[in-house]
Amino acid sequence: MSEREVLELLRENARYSTADIARMTDLEETEVEAVIEELEAAGVVRGYQAVVDWDKLEQERVRAEVELNVRLDRETGYDDIAERLARFPQVTALRLVSGDYDFHMEVEGDSIREVSQFISEKVAPVPEITQTVTHYVMTSYKENGIELGDGEDDERLSFSP
Amino acid sequence: MRFELSDRVQTVPPSGIRRFFEIAEERDDVISLGVGEPDFATPWAARDAAITSLEQGKTSYTANRGKRELREAISDYVADRFELGYDPDEEIIVTAGASEAVDLAFRAFVDPGDTVAIAQPSYISYEPGVVFAGGDVLPVPTTEEDDFRLTVEALEAAGADEADTLVLCYPNNPTGAIMTEADLEPVAEFVREHDLTVLSDEIYAELTYDGNEHVSIATLPGMRERTIVFNGFSKAHAMTGLRLGYALGPADAIAAMNKIHQYTMLSAPTTAQHAALEALDSCDGDVREMVSQYDRRRRFVLSRFREIGMDVFEAKGAFYCFPEVPEGFTAEEFAEEVLREQGVAVVPGDVFGAGGNGHLRISYATGLEDLREALARIEAFVEEHT
Ligand SMILES: Cc1ncc(COP(=O)(O)O)c(C=O)c1O
Repeated sequence: MSEREVLELLRENARYSTADIARMTDLEETEVEAVIEELEAAGVVRGYQAVVDWDKLEQERVRAEVELNVRLDRETGYDDIAERLARFPQVTALRLVSGDYDFHMEVEGDSIREVSQFISEKVAPVPEITQTVTHYVMTSYKENGIELGDGEDDERLSFSP
Repeated sequence: MRFELSDRVQTVPPSGIRRFFEIAEERDDVISLGVGEPDFATPWAARDAAITSLEQGKTSYTANRGKRELREAISDYVADRFELGYDPDEEIIVTAGASEAVDLAFRAFVDPGDTVAIAQPSYISYEPGVVFAGGDVLPVPTTEEDDFRLTVEALEAAGADEADTLVLCYPNNPTGAIMTEADLEPVAEFVREHDLTVLSDEIYAELTYDGNEHVSIATLPGMRERTIVFNGFSKAHAMTGLRLGYALGPADAIAAMNKIHQYTMLSAPTTAQHAALEALDSCDGDVREMVSQYDRRRRFVLSRFREIGMDVFEAKGAFYCFPEVPEGFTAEEFAEEVLREQGVAVVPGDVFGAGGNGHLRISYATGLEDLREALARIEAFVEEHT
């Protein structure tokens, strides 16, 4: 129960202090620390990252959503292919999905050239991969549940009954 | 030529928060804990339904009592959530905010010279509403010792047995107090014994915490026939600006309120009715999510006040808590100085009538970042001055 609550709060904002999480959940701070340690040790919480709006930076960041189709054989399963692809640092997310294609892969790089080279030289040649379709991200509107627009100003009056 | 103001208007003093507005205007870094409305936007599905209704040109009046479909949805909703059974044709009226419904009730049921007992501290519109209707107000103060619940002792001490009507509001604005069924029972008995009618403002009914579910006084034995229940979409569904509420009551009482409503309002805002229908239809998940956010903030704020060393009772409803001001201050002084010195806006409890003095209304309908900063500023202020 408290595990679930702490997890929800970390998912909302991983930078909440343990003291604040304790205040919000009515737990002791030491309990919160213990819960977080357990979540990390059990591999439930795998890491903490910033949610970045790349459009706000000067420097370019290229991201692509890639559809992959694969052919399996007796020796090679989805997991084998996935493991091989996931090792590349350029791959930021990799998921087996239902529907028209098999894997959905997210790739990041500093330029279109870098990303397309990666796909043509490292991904496409993998023998089990029969087809790749690359979609470059043009604009991102929402990442990890956070809307990237300018947000709405609080228009409420400072006092109301 | 000068307008001669009516006596009714002249006897009502100007609002107690006016002055604070002006001070708040002087600074540009004010964090406000003085806001009595949600910081969330209306759930998107409800906004989308409103937009669609506009696109389809659904902008005419509705039936006086509100769209029949909406009244049916309200009837199902209150039955499902609060075990309240009201007939959509005869016993429900949809109004421009709960505010209108409250005003209709005062005008429909209060005659000049009638006494209306009001459990206080309370929402600031009841007293003027009674005065505009020509009635006399009898404040019934509740106290922190009773967790700001209404008790029979308080009713007796105030002389409410002589009153005609009792107004109550739980979960309460400004204290955050709630009343359980066991708390309500003796009040209901008192009301039946002394033959009062009850106006029960339950606009915060969805916002209860710590496993408490709202209980309506109208569900207690013998209470339905003498009670009008007010509710609306402003708080739970974050729809304040859409102006939509409703009243539930026996057919003849609702008919009387509708008589005024049909001449003064015609019908509640149509676009808002479309939004409300969708809100009841599909936005329960949004409501649950907002409630859980409020609950976290509530616990955060209560913990912080205790750390600061200010006494605060365990508020279990609405989105307010009601801490005591430290010794050496009146609530007014504290509120004014913490606003001037630290740029934190809070409302002094006196504004809400009897029993509110010495307390501050703190609204936690504000994001956690702002709450954290506001409480740090209050902490600095208290450390400096005590
Ligand atoms: C107790 C109480 N009743 C009624 C209202 C008004 O609600 P509405 O927006 O539905 O008119 C408020 C708003 O602050 C309130 O706190």
